[in-house]
Amino acid sequence: MSNEQKHERQLSRSAAHGDEVRLEAAAELGDGTQAPPAVPAGAQSGELRPELRESQTVLQKIMTGNALVAVLAVIMSLFLGGLLIAFTDERVANSASYFFARPSDMLGAAWTAASDAYLALFQGSVFNWEGESFSRMVYPLTQTLTVATPLICAGLGVALAFRAGLFNIGAQGQIIIGATLAAWVGFSWHLPVGLHLLLVIIAGIIGGALWAGIVGLLKAKTGAHEVILTIMLNYVALNLVLYLLTTPAFQRPGSSNPISPQLDETARYPLLFGEGFRLHWGFIVAILATVLVWWLLNRSTIGFELRAVGANPTAARTAGISVTKGYVTVMVIAGALAGLAGVAQVAGTEGVLTSGVAASFGFDAITVALLGRSTPWGTFAAGLLFGAFRAGGVTMQTATGTSIDIVLVVQSLIVLFIAAPPLVRSVFRLPEPGALRGRRNRKPATAGGAA
Amino acid sequence: MKKSLRAMKRSTGLSAAVLGASALVLAGCGAPPEEGGSSAAPEESDYMGCIVSDSGGFDDRSFNQSSYEGLKAAEADLGIQIQQAESQAETDFTPNVDSMVQSGCDLVLTVGFLLGDVTKEAAAANPDTNFAIVDYQDPEFTDNVKPIVYDTAQAAFMAGYLAAGVSETGKVATYGGLNIPTVTIFMDGFADGVAYYNEQKGENVELLGWNKESQNGTFNGGFENQGKGKTDTQNFINEGADVIMPVAGPVGLGTMDAVIEANADRPAEEQVKVIWVDSDGYETTGKGEEYILTSVMKLMGQAVEEVIASDVEGNFSGEPYIGTLENGGVALAPFHDLDASVPDELKTELEEIKASIISGEIKVESEASPK
Repeated sequence: MSNEQKHERQLSRSAAHGDEVRLEAAAELGDGTQAPPAVPAGAQSGELRPELRESQTVLQKIMTGNALVAVLAVIMSLFLGGLLIAFTDERVANSASYFFARPSDMLGAAWTAASDAYLALFQGSVFNWEGESFSRMVYPLTQTLTVATPLICAGLGVALAFRAGLFNIGAQGQIIIGATLAAWVGFSWHLPVGLHLLLVIIAGIIGGALWAGIVGLLKAKTGAHEVILTIMLNYVALNLVLYLLTTPAFQRPGSSNPISPQLDETARYPLLFGEGFRLHWGFIVAILATVLVWWLLNRSTIGFELRAVGANPTAARTAGISVTKGYVTVMVIAGALAGLAGVAQVAGTEGVLTSGVAASFGFDAITVALLGRSTPWGTFAAGLLFGAFRAGGVTMQTATGTSIDIVLVVQSLIVLFIAAPPLVRSVFRLPEPGALRGRRNRKPATAGGAA
Repeated sequence: MKKSLRAMKRSTGLSAAVLGASALVLAGCGAPPEEGGSSAAPEESDYMGCIVSDSGGFDDRSFNQSSYEGLKAAEADLGIQIQQAESQAETDFTPNVDSMVQSGCDLVLTVGFLLGDVTKEAAAANPDTNFAIVDYQDPEFTDNVKPIVYDTAQAAFMAGYLAAGVSETGKVATYGGLNIPTVTIFMDGFADGVAYYNEQKGENVELLGWNKESQNGTFNGGFENQGKGKTDTQNFINEGADVIMPVAGPVGLGTMDAVIEANADRPAEEQVKVIWVDSDGYETTGKGEEYILTSVMKLMGQAVEEVIASDVEGNFSGEPYIGTLENGGVALAPFHDLDASVPDELKTELEEIKASIISGEIKVESEASPK
């Protein structure tokens, strides 16, 4: 169907059906995440039309829902990761040479390698039963939350843009600029406790918002594609911070290494549980941000407009919503959230600005948003999962010698499977969504429209 | 279409299975070891030496790799246990160092200035664990941190003199990965060496890619993009440079590509030469070795092994190890295939220069030199 035909059809329908048609159009554009604001967040990427939802049993809903696909994608990735760990293990390789003489050796070694690695992953991310004291035992969990903080913030930014139909690849650059501004306020201004941190947070938010706002503005005014813009601005941001770090204003006195002075104590997030843990107040900020985004998307007029723009810009325009304003607004908010991730880095864990301050959080955030089905709490949960991977990966590496790259492989596989729900369905013999109803035979992937 | 696809899938699946099975059959025919025997290892020390890389990883063909090799050598020679943690990003530094300390390491070796703050804090918080850090020095370090630093400019000075001496075109070049002290110290020394040659011989050999006065020059923005290294090198060759020193880790391999291409249609006496850095490039680059004139080596592995050996013996000190020409921490590699292209007179002069640098007669100064 050509675009023109599509528009025509949609327009003629919109006169007659109003709200329901907008949703249908959304589904046909491949953006399954659209839902009326009254529907709770958890159900948003589920079935769109209430009358159909009623006709399904609970089991069918679970079987065909995207949440199940997400969970299964994680399980499959962990399984494949386990195979990879097993087959790169030295003992497995050694015992494979006499597989037919004594197969139990190799199978046993493979099982040991994979299960040891995953046990260490768990031990490093949730609970360490070998810890000397209680605080050492729960330390891994706080570590997971610490690492999850920037992932959640940046993930929310990406998810929000997804919902408005924008594929925001630029979280990396937005984190960097947010962190740069926040760090600069943090180390060059010397202000009283409270005020200083507040200004650091605001600076981070402004930095990210500006960087992403440029994209929204260019997209709205000139029609430039946001993927290109955000990717290019990532490079600009990285090279900008590299340059700034060669200037004395950003370097430590008496040193020419590209590393900033440490932020003042007054500019740092206070630790949540005292010296023994690295978890800081940034995590609380991340929770607040999640609540805010949930409210914004599901309860506010702005959120409604954003989703309308994301579902179908033409229909939104016809309905009297300013698409230009929508793009700029969503990018500014997305950038502000990524800026918060930058603040969590410089004012939370790192305490200094370097060119690697954003790690790969900006890109992981895309995965987090995808896995979280672009819903605020989904993103929150996905952020926790990825935080656990990163935190546990450290222990896995030191305790079992498993390469930390395995964690990367598992993360990448998750994206792969999420991007291909039919693959996951066929592996687990799940019914096709809609197959039971005999209606629409293809279910669009979460946020697939944006991709 | 769908059907044929499925058929194809099946057939490829089948052939893959056959292949896999035959590989297994072939690979799996060995004899099993005796049950419960032969695992008694020779007696090992319970000393635990640990290393945390920076975000470059242990396969960076640069300081992470050399330091790791030093630790491996210590494992082999001293019978110690080792543990390693590779950092994917800067956020991993603190967790990695912490996890090393928690797992009972006697000495934690960290690599690079980026780990400086983390090492400083961990050392202050864990006075019973010893630390060593490569390429970074901080006056605020506690006594349980040993900085391992290098006055690389000394060896680079000799390389600069050599480059100026063998250049036919009167132009030599260098470029770096990033404008950071551990890179610019090579370039400063190189520049001084060229200047010293000009002063001694009354020549006017020109250095491209680095200005010591303004501390600025050609940098390709990182240590990954070999394509950029190749382009930069081609530019230098087009401008007439015939000795090139890349100070950018693996990016230097891009230089090798450019030089191999450029030399393909040049007579022997006009060939472009490369000066490698960190390790002896003749042994490590794997391509174009015949064009490597020499290498400005930082012998990190050796220093790491020494530091560990002295700690095993209980002689650890926080006194910085400074690699110099005198203690062999930095050196100029042999000329290998290009030995014949270096006149004997130049070789003798280089030996004299080395002696004068060691005696302090020639002062090689760089802003980036360890103090």
